[in-house]
Amino acid sequence: MGLHYQRRKLANYIALGVSVASAVFGIFFLFWILKDVFTFGFAALNADFFTQVPAPPGEAGGGMANAILGTLTITVLATAFGVPAGILAGTYLSEYGRKSKTASVVRFVSDILVSAPSIVIGVFVYAIVVKPFGGFSALAGALALAIIMLPVVIRTAEEMLKLVPDSTREAALALGAPHWKVTVSVVYRGALRGIVTGVMLAVARVSGETAPLLFTSFNNSFWNFNLTEPTATLTVTIFNYAMGPYEDWHQMAWGAALLITAMVLLVTIISRIIVRGRAG
Amino acid sequence: MRDKFTIKDLHFWYGEKEALKGISLAMKEKEVTALIGPSGCGKTTFLRCLNRMHDLYPGNRYEGEILLDGKNLLEKGLDLIKLRSRVGMVFQKPTPFPMSMYDNIAFGLKLMGVKSKSEITGRVEKALKDSALWDEIKDRLHEPALSLSGGQQQRLCIARAVAVEPDVILMDEPCSALDPVATAKIEDLMTDLKQNYTVVIVTHNMQQAARVSQYTGFFMLGEVIEFDTTEKIFTAPSNKLTEDYITGRFG
Amino acid sequence: MAENLKEKTGELDISSSGADGYVSLSARRQSSGKLGDAVFKGVAYGFAFSVILLMALLFIVLVKESWLSIKAFGFSFVYSSIWDPVAQEFGALPSIYGTIVSSIIAIVIAVPISLGIAIFLTEMAPKRLKGPIGTAIELLASIPSIIYGMWGLFVFAPFLSEYVEPFLIDYLGFIPLFTGAPLGIGMLPAGFILAIMIIPFISSVTRDIFQMVPSILKESGYGVGATKWEVIRKIVFPYARSGVIGAVILGLGRALGETMAVTFLIGNAQEIKLSLLDPATSISATLANEFTEAVEELYLSSLVELGLILFLITFVVLALAKLLIARFSYKGGKL
Repeated sequence: MGLHYQRRKLANYIALGVSVASAVFGIFFLFWILKDVFTFGFAALNADFFTQVPAPPGEAGGGMANAILGTLTITVLATAFGVPAGILAGTYLSEYGRKSKTASVVRFVSDILVSAPSIVIGVFVYAIVVKPFGGFSALAGALALAIIMLPVVIRTAEEMLKLVPDSTREAALALGAPHWKVTVSVVYRGALRGIVTGVMLAVARVSGETAPLLFTSFNNSFWNFNLTEPTATLTVTIFNYAMGPYEDWHQMAWGAALLITAMVLLVTIISRIIVRGRAG
Repeated sequence: MRDKFTIKDLHFWYGEKEALKGISLAMKEKEVTALIGPSGCGKTTFLRCLNRMHDLYPGNRYEGEILLDGKNLLEKGLDLIKLRSRVGMVFQKPTPFPMSMYDNIAFGLKLMGVKSKSEITGRVEKALKDSALWDEIKDRLHEPALSLSGGQQQRLCIARAVAVEPDVILMDEPCSALDPVATAKIEDLMTDLKQNYTVVIVTHNMQQAARVSQYTGFFMLGEVIEFDTTEKIFTAPSNKLTEDYITGRFG
Repeated sequence: MAENLKEKTGELDISSSGADGYVSLSARRQSSGKLGDAVFKGVAYGFAFSVILLMALLFIVLVKESWLSIKAFGFSFVYSSIWDPVAQEFGALPSIYGTIVSSIIAIVIAVPISLGIAIFLTEMAPKRLKGPIGTAIELLASIPSIIYGMWGLFVFAPFLSEYVEPFLIDYLGFIPLFTGAPLGIGMLPAGFILAIMIIPFISSVTRDIFQMVPSILKESGYGVGATKWEVIRKIVFPYARSGVIGAVILGLGRALGETMAVTFLIGNAQEIKLSLLDPATSISATLANEFTEAVEELYLSSLVELGLILFLITFVVLALAKLLIARFSYKGGKL
């Protein structure tokens, strides 16, 4: 008993020690990254960063105003394409399809699409939009992001709608409400908070995407207000600047990295607060 | 009193499973009819046939006749939406909609095409008074319905059902989630409702059936074992099974 | 009281008479809503079905666009290791190899660390640390991958080439995996950054699964005198197995398809080297670097075929994940 007991205790301490150590190791790296993004990023931010377009290669100064606008435009467009489509498809799954064959195929396909490599979506949109219509554009970028968003929104919308109990639906139907009206004015209302949160998280996710934009919206060193022209985004600019040879480009890349990280974190935190509001 | 519902040889299947095996009975207008029986006996299934709630889910099938004022509800092409606005329903658990108390009741009225704001307000007030809830909530009508207590929520749901002026109100164990005080209030309410409405209530509580109903049907294994006046069922049942159930020998 | 009420709501007289009142309300009904129902259901169905069409279209377009390359190279595209845009000869092996090896490195590093974090958070951390650390890790899961890649290039690569890789070469150089020059970029650094990137995801999902283990099960473990580690190993792990495997495979899927974190660090060399310190490439890195430069039709088509292969690999991995989850959860049910 004595020796055996000692061995078990030892194994316990070793195993727990290892898990604490690996936790510390992992958490250490994650915070290291965040610390660098914030310190290097803040150093790069100034008024020009938000108001100027990039300076010609090798010259100092300039900013990322056009890329900020580009990221906002493309994200808003993608949301406008992807969210209504995703919510309606999610509505079909939760309100009509349920256990039907079509519904289960749609669920399976959505799960596959959620994890499909985003760069492949970029290649796809290049083939169906950029190549035939002869050029990179903000619209193509937005379409790629919308496709990435779509399955996420579908599955969240379905999950959130399913949380509304069937008895609530039945109660509305028992009053003589048509099914669509039950969905729109009772079920959506009950699931609103959850859907908004899910949509915000999906928006945050796509606003940080780079790979699908490389061959769709491409890049642009100047202001562009035409949706059918190549458009700069923060993420693609980070990619180009970080890969480039100039030290001040790297500075700018850190600034852009901070901006996009702060944006994504902010949206994520807000949506978590919304969720917590429901729990409380 | 004339018959409101006449059911003739009603069969019902959930997919392959036959849940109702030939129900025949008639329910009187402006009376409370209670349906009792052990769990799984088909009483709730039967209740949900009366406003065809089963149609929401695929694979369900009816056979036989359900006559409401002489009109067969199982006819093809029947307007279910119209039917359900005539046959209201109150559920086991309170089902307030995720909106204000006022909007909960106005919901059905707006569906019926009532547009005038003053009329809606008047009807909301009346429905709340009819369900004895007005005095408790009149000062906070625009707060979320979910902020009410369970018993209040259930009365709100009854008010919501009453507001659209149905002929019939179906109640599926409306007190099963409530405490005794709230239950007593709802039982009083049922007696009031009887003045204007035909009420059908499913309950697992035999005292409740005895207290509120004029007619009682005893269900078992998808069949009606006995249907008679409540007084007769509880004092001199003609079937041995009914007697055993009433006296608590099983169930 | 009832009389009183009628007076107050005099305008509603029709409604106070029960069944007769119904007619008046009914007469005002607009329509039964059947048309609205059909339209709404149709639109919802249309969007749901379009997801299936999208998937089909995605596959068809990728095949069609890579047809030129499929015709030119046939199956040899998959096992040829020559990628030479000048000679117009393309083989995908270096990219496929890099994608798979970097992802394996990522999983090998990330899984134990993520399990450690999950165990720490559910079973060991004091209450006031649990919440903040858990939240921080979830937030880190939402940081865009390009941030990880860029940090890897600017901070981690110099750190590796100065401190870690010389050490590896000196002491583990007898293993062919750790030979070569300490460049700071290559297969191992790319795999490591991928690992850092998927750790938040795997650990937060795993933590959620661990938390679902009923405490009564754990308590009965402690009740028979088990140590914490024994409870974790004998009760928590088996109970959570299917979910954890699912999380790991989803993490693998992310690693396989990830572009930005890898592209910065893998070195972009179309070669297959045994040493993990040498530059290599992956499918996504090749696409990111070369796609916009490809002018020739065959070059572009070969790149699309790379994309198709990546799509198929992730598809297979995900399908496998679904199968495994279904299978393990069945056994788990008998626990």
